[in-house]
Amino acid sequence: MKPLVQIRDLTIGFPQDGSVTPVVRGIDLTIHMGETVALVGESGSGKSVTARSLIGLSGAEASVGAGRFEIDGQSVLGFRERDWRRLRGDKIGFVLQDALVSLDPLRRISQQLTDAAGGSGFFRRQNAARDNRALLQSVGIPDPDRRLAQYPHQLSGGLRQRALIATAIARSPSLLIADEPTTALDATVQKQILDLLAERSKAGQTLLLISHDLAVVSRLADRVLVMRQGRIVEEGPTRTILTAPEHPYTRQLLDAVPSVRSRGFRLSAGSEPEANGSVEARPAERLRIPLPPKRIDETSLVLSASHLVKRYGGASGTFAVNDVSFHLAAGEALGIVGESGSGKTTVAKIVLGLVEPDSGTVQIDGEAWSHVGEAQRRSRRASMQLIAQDALSSFDPRYTVEQIVGESLDTVGMFGEARRQRVGEVLDAVRLGPSFLKRYPRDLSGGQRQRVAIARAFAPRPRLLVADEPVSALDVSVQAQVLDLLAELQAASGTSLLFISHDLGVVNHLTDRVLVMKDGRVVETGQVEQVFASPHHSYTRALLDAVPVLA
Amino acid sequence: MDPQNTTAIRRSPAAWLPERLGLKRGGLALQIAARIGSGLLVLWAAVTLSFVSLQLAPGDIVSLLIGEQLRTPEVEATIRAEWGLDAPLPLQYLSYLSRILHGDFGRSYILQTDVTGLVLSQMLPTLKLTAAALVVALVFAVASAVSTAGRRVPRAIAGALELTLVSTPSFWLGILLLFVFSFTLKLFPVSGDRSFSALVLPALALGLSLGAVVGQVLREGLERALEEPFALTVRSWGTSDLVLRLRHCLRHAALPAVTLTGWLVGNLLSGAVITESVFGRPGLGRVTVEAVLGHDLPVVLAVAILSAFVYVALSTLVDVLYLLLDPRLRDESRETGR
Amino acid sequence: MSAVPTTLARRGVRFRRALHGLLARPGLWLASLFLLFVAVATLWPGLLSSADPLAADPLQAQLPPSAEHWFGTDHLGRDVFSRVAHGARYSILIGVSAVAIGSIVGSALGLLAGLSRGLVDEAISRFLDVVSSFPDLLLALVLISFTGPGTLNLIFALGVAFVPRFARVVRAQTFVIARSGYVEQARTFGLTPTVLVLRHILPHALAQVPILATIGLGSAIISAAGLSFLGMGPQPPAPEWGAMLAEARNYLRVAWWIGVWPGVAITLTVISISILGRRWQASFEGRRAR
Repeated sequence: MKPLVQIRDLTIGFPQDGSVTPVVRGIDLTIHMGETVALVGESGSGKSVTARSLIGLSGAEASVGAGRFEIDGQSVLGFRERDWRRLRGDKIGFVLQDALVSLDPLRRISQQLTDAAGGSGFFRRQNAARDNRALLQSVGIPDPDRRLAQYPHQLSGGLRQRALIATAIARSPSLLIADEPTTALDATVQKQILDLLAERSKAGQTLLLISHDLAVVSRLADRVLVMRQGRIVEEGPTRTILTAPEHPYTRQLLDAVPSVRSRGFRLSAGSEPEANGSVEARPAERLRIPLPPKRIDETSLVLSASHLVKRYGGASGTFAVNDVSFHLAAGEALGIVGESGSGKTTVAKIVLGLVEPDSGTVQIDGEAWSHVGEAQRRSRRASMQLIAQDALSSFDPRYTVEQIVGESLDTVGMFGEARRQRVGEVLDAVRLGPSFLKRYPRDLSGGQRQRVAIARAFAPRPRLLVADEPVSALDVSVQAQVLDLLAELQAASGTSLLFISHDLGVVNHLTDRVLVMKDGRVVETGQVEQVFASPHHSYTRALLDAVPVLA
Repeated sequence: MDPQNTTAIRRSPAAWLPERLGLKRGGLALQIAARIGSGLLVLWAAVTLSFVSLQLAPGDIVSLLIGEQLRTPEVEATIRAEWGLDAPLPLQYLSYLSRILHGDFGRSYILQTDVTGLVLSQMLPTLKLTAAALVVALVFAVASAVSTAGRRVPRAIAGALELTLVSTPSFWLGILLLFVFSFTLKLFPVSGDRSFSALVLPALALGLSLGAVVGQVLREGLERALEEPFALTVRSWGTSDLVLRLRHCLRHAALPAVTLTGWLVGNLLSGAVITESVFGRPGLGRVTVEAVLGHDLPVVLAVAILSAFVYVALSTLVDVLYLLLDPRLRDESRETGR
Repeated sequence: MSAVPTTLARRGVRFRRALHGLLARPGLWLASLFLLFVAVATLWPGLLSSADPLAADPLQAQLPPSAEHWFGTDHLGRDVFSRVAHGARYSILIGVSAVAIGSIVGSALGLLAGLSRGLVDEAISRFLDVVSSFPDLLLALVLISFTGPGTLNLIFALGVAFVPRFARVVRAQTFVIARSGYVEQARTFGLTPTVLVLRHILPHALAQVPILATIGLGSAIISAAGLSFLGMGPQPPAPEWGAMLAEARNYLRVAWWIGVWPGVAITLTVISISILGRRWQASFEGRRAR
């Protein structure tokens, strides 16, 4: 049988400074009927552009060329906009990430389903309402009549994503392209959407999945193509790619995924600063480098929080944090895990003294920290540092790296030559050389920025480090390097770490004890090995169950 | 006048009370009521401000009100009686408020006439002019934005045209139009308000530069909407470009443009003053200019309060319209509702 | 960027890039050149025209443009080119002064509101709401009806009318920055509020004011010309552009040139200022977005 999609030597380029910069450099892609193919790569690999070129939407400025480009046996090489339009929605459906912005926020779900199904003109079909209802049911939306009349923002993230999928399959296209369909979602919701896609795939839907996450892909795909810098570096059946990868880059990607198996070991390979050069041809064998051992002093409590309560919107408002207690010993790493809205960030702000708890107390080094005046706290702040999720917005844009890192030394009164020296030291520790001193944060890559944030946090030799989702915006291989740095520095300095994340794999990899939060409450706490191996609470089990695993 | 800044600067005077009351949730009716309430409060404050400025202005109040008219004891006595100037200040304020509430703006001692009657009699020609100019502005803005957004060359041409129009003073544009169409081509009358054709040139002079600003904002909004992920989704349904622009993106683009309304109304009213003078049209603008030059304060204050009223009323109306246009504003609290 | 950029080299690169950008954009280039002319006309109008802008000569009245009178002469026989050149001084002076009043007072009010919040913020914001519920030009007209027409009164009236727009922007900026990631981060360093404001809030809150002022200058010049057209500004025989157009309106039928050149001067000046202001704003936003 003829394949549904057959592409040979696809190149896509964008004009930049007068010349064309290629972003896809000669890839082959074949998709057979009924197959689920996954295109995996990090940002800048060209995977999304490739997917968009399949429906002729890679952008007005893009120059697309191919030796052969056939969809359903028809060559699309000479296609004009009008030809593409006949194909879109009819032969190929397209799902983007985050339906909150990928659906028109100003139109009702019913209108959008009708738009999607009704073809290109202003003329509407009969029976639209019945069709729409059936469509929503088919993607597992309960109570479709109520949802049809609503706007996208009135739906929960999961339902919204389902509605988006419904618009894509409104005209039963032969191929469904899903570009990072679950990236913006919480783990439990992500699982539901993946299950929905798996269900459709089982029902015979041909699927092209675009993702940065090998684990997500491994649940669904029959075949995986690994993309890097516009080329396909490896291609094969999912199982082979996951268990016996041949290319070092694939190996590096797999190794970079934090999980229970990576505990105590480095995620990235050796001293390579950033994955922008070429990967040297190392033998593709699994060599894990162990992390330095940690010294935890159980007798010295750096942080203890008891019965923290914080509600927003007055005494009758909703609880952001509800009776949360925990402690943190010197040198220990404590993870706080929860989905969005669980209150984990509010806990971090209370610990940092940026938000006062309504009741409950925080003690730092045995002394009261909450409910004392800011003037009294000010001199003690140097012992506590924050690493924020979005490093760039945590830097004053007028400051150079040197000034940014140096500012945290204000409170310990370190100025002049001593400051210069310390800044050099910590930048060196995060492997940023002296050439970075005069650079501005906007000129740095995401990984470099996060390293500057880490250097700044360690500079005043704090006793406690609060890290709020420090790696969630990073590509997996960059994330691996940042996590390795954080782990090394934490072990070497004996600093306690409060690590807040939605990612169970990262928490599992990095921390000693873990706190699972849901709706402002702690539902489970204990040693990481214990909690993750035999969770007591049903929510923890559901969370763990939802985490996509490389298998 | 830069469109981006006007959107940042001009905020509806009706928006603060709902914000203050934390009215992000709550029914549509409640939100609308709160907006009308804050509009009324702003108006009351504007009237108060006009009273305060009369009190604070240098010189005694009688000579302020009397303007360039000859000051005789009889006239002074009438003014004192009419404004209750012998009563204590709070009482004066209350009677001022109540008079304005009753639509009584006092007497012009220069024109020897009732201000309210004068203003009402001159309102119609001004209303005609501003309405026509508004139509010109909106038609120009929508046409130029929809047809050129996201297209490189047409966009550059429209952009240059708009920049020129925005930078051209409306009274000079009026003079040029007069020269070309009235004196040279003799297509339209030079002045007056006797026929529809007399309205064409003034409406163009006043409306085009405003339309250029709105057009810029609209195009920018349209281009932003075309870049949004949802536009990609809509395209992936096989929707045509024109349908995407008209059915989906224009509404998004209208949101920032709507916030311009306050600015637009203010400029229409201000512009009418100048345009009427250029084209020798009767109307409130002419009355205002003569009153300002003749120090006829009762008339000036009446026009100012009237324009503040129009401004606040229209802004409030548009603010309510905004609620209807963007469902996200209506129920932010339900965002996470399952 | 792999090389080691020193500050100096960086500056050099920036300068060359700016120069290159200027040459690549003819609009920018022409706008700068024209404003240079306007600047010369403002400071030393005698350099551009030796004719006396006020000298009437009834025998030379209403002459069309010629080699002797580039822009022709008006109904009193005064040289229009000289009047237009000498008129730059009024427009620029009134515009710059009004914007200066508006931006300084407005920024101060905006900062005060944004930093103090609570009651002070509420009071200032409501006051601004009320003031801006009168359209700009009408507010200026009301003020002039108290003070009477004249150059200084016009500057004062326009300046007051410009206060709210600056105050609003600065207040909003202050608000956003006070809640930004880096201010929160700086709070965790234990900086005192004064240091925090001076070091991290003020520079950003005020960064846009000069750009806004430049762009506002264009509308100030148009408003000033409009008010002068109505007779509220410099009084005849002063060669103010708006006032000249008011006189010219009566002679359009016989001498079109009187009614064209002052308008051309206003429009070109405002276009040039807008081009430079927008370019500045774009590069400012580009730097921030990168």
